[in-house]
Amino acid sequence: MAKAPKSKAAGSPAENLDFVLHSLQEELDKKKRFDASSDQMLHFYEQMLLIRRFEERAGQLYGLGLIGGFCHLYIGQEAVAVGLQSALTEKLDSVITGYRDHGHMLAYGIDPKVIMAELTGREAGISKGKGGSMHMFSTEHKFYGGHGIVGAQVALGGGLALAHQYNEDGGLCLAYFGDGAANQGQVYETFNMASLWKLPIVFVIENNQYAMGTAVSRSSAETEFYRRGTAFRIPGMKVNGMDVLEVRQAAEIAFKHVRESRGPVLMECETYRYRGHSMSDPAKYRTREEVQDMKDHKDPIEGLKKILIEQGTSEDDLKAIDKDIRKIVSEAADFAENSPEPEASELYTDVLVEEY
Amino acid sequence: MAIELKMPALSPTMEEGTLAKWLKQEGDEIAIGDIIAEIETDKATMEFEAVDEGTLGKILVAEGTEGVKVGTVIAMLAGEGEDASAVADAAPVADVPGEGKDVGREPSEAEISRPNKKSGVKDPEIPHGTNMATVTVREALRDAMAEEMRRDERVFVMGEEVAQYQGAYKVTQGLLDEFGPKRVIDTPITEYGFAGIGTGAAMGGLRPIVEFMTFNFAMQAIDHIINSAAKTNYMSGGQMRCPVVFRGPNGAASRVGAQHSQNYGPWYASVPGLIVIAPYDAADAKGLMKAAIRCEDPVVFLENELVYGRSFELPELDDHVLPIGKARIMREGSDVTIVAYSIAVGLALEAAEQLAGEGIDAEVIDLRTLRPLDKEAILESLAKTNRLVIAEEGWPTCSIASEVVAICMEEGFDHLDAPVTRVCNEDVPLPYAANLEKLALIDTAGIVSAVKKVCYRD
Repeated sequence: MAKAPKSKAAGSPAENLDFVLHSLQEELDKKKRFDASSDQMLHFYEQMLLIRRFEERAGQLYGLGLIGGFCHLYIGQEAVAVGLQSALTEKLDSVITGYRDHGHMLAYGIDPKVIMAELTGREAGISKGKGGSMHMFSTEHKFYGGHGIVGAQVALGGGLALAHQYNEDGGLCLAYFGDGAANQGQVYETFNMASLWKLPIVFVIENNQYAMGTAVSRSSAETEFYRRGTAFRIPGMKVNGMDVLEVRQAAEIAFKHVRESRGPVLMECETYRYRGHSMSDPAKYRTREEVQDMKDHKDPIEGLKKILIEQGTSEDDLKAIDKDIRKIVSEAADFAENSPEPEASELYTDVLVEEY
Repeated sequence: MAIELKMPALSPTMEEGTLAKWLKQEGDEIAIGDIIAEIETDKATMEFEAVDEGTLGKILVAEGTEGVKVGTVIAMLAGEGEDASAVADAAPVADVPGEGKDVGREPSEAEISRPNKKSGVKDPEIPHGTNMATVTVREALRDAMAEEMRRDERVFVMGEEVAQYQGAYKVTQGLLDEFGPKRVIDTPITEYGFAGIGTGAAMGGLRPIVEFMTFNFAMQAIDHIINSAAKTNYMSGGQMRCPVVFRGPNGAASRVGAQHSQNYGPWYASVPGLIVIAPYDAADAKGLMKAAIRCEDPVVFLENELVYGRSFELPELDDHVLPIGKARIMREGSDVTIVAYSIAVGLALEAAEQLAGEGIDAEVIDLRTLRPLDKEAILESLAKTNRLVIAEEGWPTCSIASEVVAICMEEGFDHLDAPVTRVCNEDVPLPYAANLEKLALIDTAGIVSAVKKVCYRD
């Protein structure tokens, strides 16, 4: 039997072909952090803090019985959505995610009132109270949900990317999913077609270390998720998802690659959720110390706060921001609590668009 | 102002719990995120985390207390600049769960109307003198897609072997040549994936036609058809459109065994948010395919392999579009109604011919659309004939036939002179052996015998 050919000499066409698989990572390694202006940094800070405070309040309203069913909080992961979405082209690019979706909507600047009112199931909610925490959309912002079936948003995102390519509009799709969804078969079906057709899509794995209660090491044969596109010739990037400036820098690199029609990118953002998987998760699969260590040493908001202070922002200014955000969140909560439930006549609306 | 800490609901079903342990004591400083107490729910022990900062005032529910109702004030928290001892004596009243909820709307029958109901719609008149061409169902479907692709740039076809191979059953023959690979897309064998991509493309504003080589393979993709395509418009409060057509052959073919021989009509027809069409002849296949492609709602379009090659008359019109949701009277009659769809319509018409020879005048109704089902057409015919048989190439249990029986019982009972009767396939996975397959499938003789029975002529 003939031996398999040895690995080709350096500089051979095959090696050049493989270069693309790690070229984006190399570019990121050369320069990890985005050069943000102080205005940009303050904006990131505000957005992350808004998500944090909003989610804390959502947890509280859940505890009061005002939010029902499942409610998945984004606390700890704020830098991912804020860093990535700040690099999008507004009204052009599309975004899709799973059910942990409050943060992605807030990062768009969507009114916290209509999001909170959706969580409480009210008429004024962004889905008229018919979707709930996991099913929120804003076609106006090209935010396509908000999907409750783990991994479904990846294939749907492939379709959104196909629409960008078909319409030749220069847009891209940002499709978020978790380390748990990364083990769903349809993710790889989509990787294959996205790479085959060079679809303009950035796949973002928000690796928060736990798929519900199962640690990545207990569920995944390859825990370096950014490598999982290699078999489909999709370049991977591993990004510190607790650093908003690194996430933004990675977004710049990935979006450029995708906009040049060079096919999809797989970006793994290592992050951490402080709360349980959902509100009803006792989180017994990890120690209190592990969570505390993350909060003390890796917190994305504290991290950026430190930089802001080093660069001359005063503590008082930051306190004022915090105060403003608390007010916004309080108003959103009051609005969500006091808005009426949907009219009974809404029961049969929106099932179909047309009449038959 | 002092903040009331209330017994939280920590799961969707929790109504009360045990205050297992206080981790902070009266007078302790509380920061946001601190764990204040441990609470046992019906499922687990959960941590109660602070969402406000301040000083813990009075603890009102001692640790170890069982059966603490959700919403009960368990402690007071003094905010910045407040005296914790002052709030210690505040006398909070036990709260009720769901305080502040506006549940004030009592649903009344009058308020809940069912929209999306158009009545009095009929097939457009075919102008006198229109030439009738003889075409196969296969050609009619292909022409419908081609015409719509010429009309609307957003329409494209994707699926296995649809382009270069010209379609596994040749339904997409010639489309690649006319429209090119951008609009006629060969996919890998990856139903779940491409059904999701097709659905996402529809959400992104395109008008995909997703071909399944057969609907048997669509079971791999059914999550996207139901959870993504059918439900998203509702869940988004009407924001998300999904104008996709899922099409392909459905039902038993010939000698291909159980995994390739199933009618999924009843499955999809049970799902709110979907349109389900299952035509029989070429004119309906064309007119309804064109309507399906133009439709703003997601459509499941069920074809039949055994009917693809059959020829029928089709009016030569520039734009032959038929209304969705309307049944068609294929043969008028006065003694008994035979309701059918897809391939069973042919069997019903054959049965009607035989019955005519025996003096029974049968009316044959082709449902054409399975969702929304044309109840009026069924009930009108029943009111005329007072007897009804449903013929369906598919299993009897939880079938379209079962649904028609239910409609007749609930809304047509007074018109019935005999029990409504189902004629379906046998309730077994379809066998391969030729003799067993024949035994398992619906046939004309079965319909004839059922009709005689309801006419008390057997």
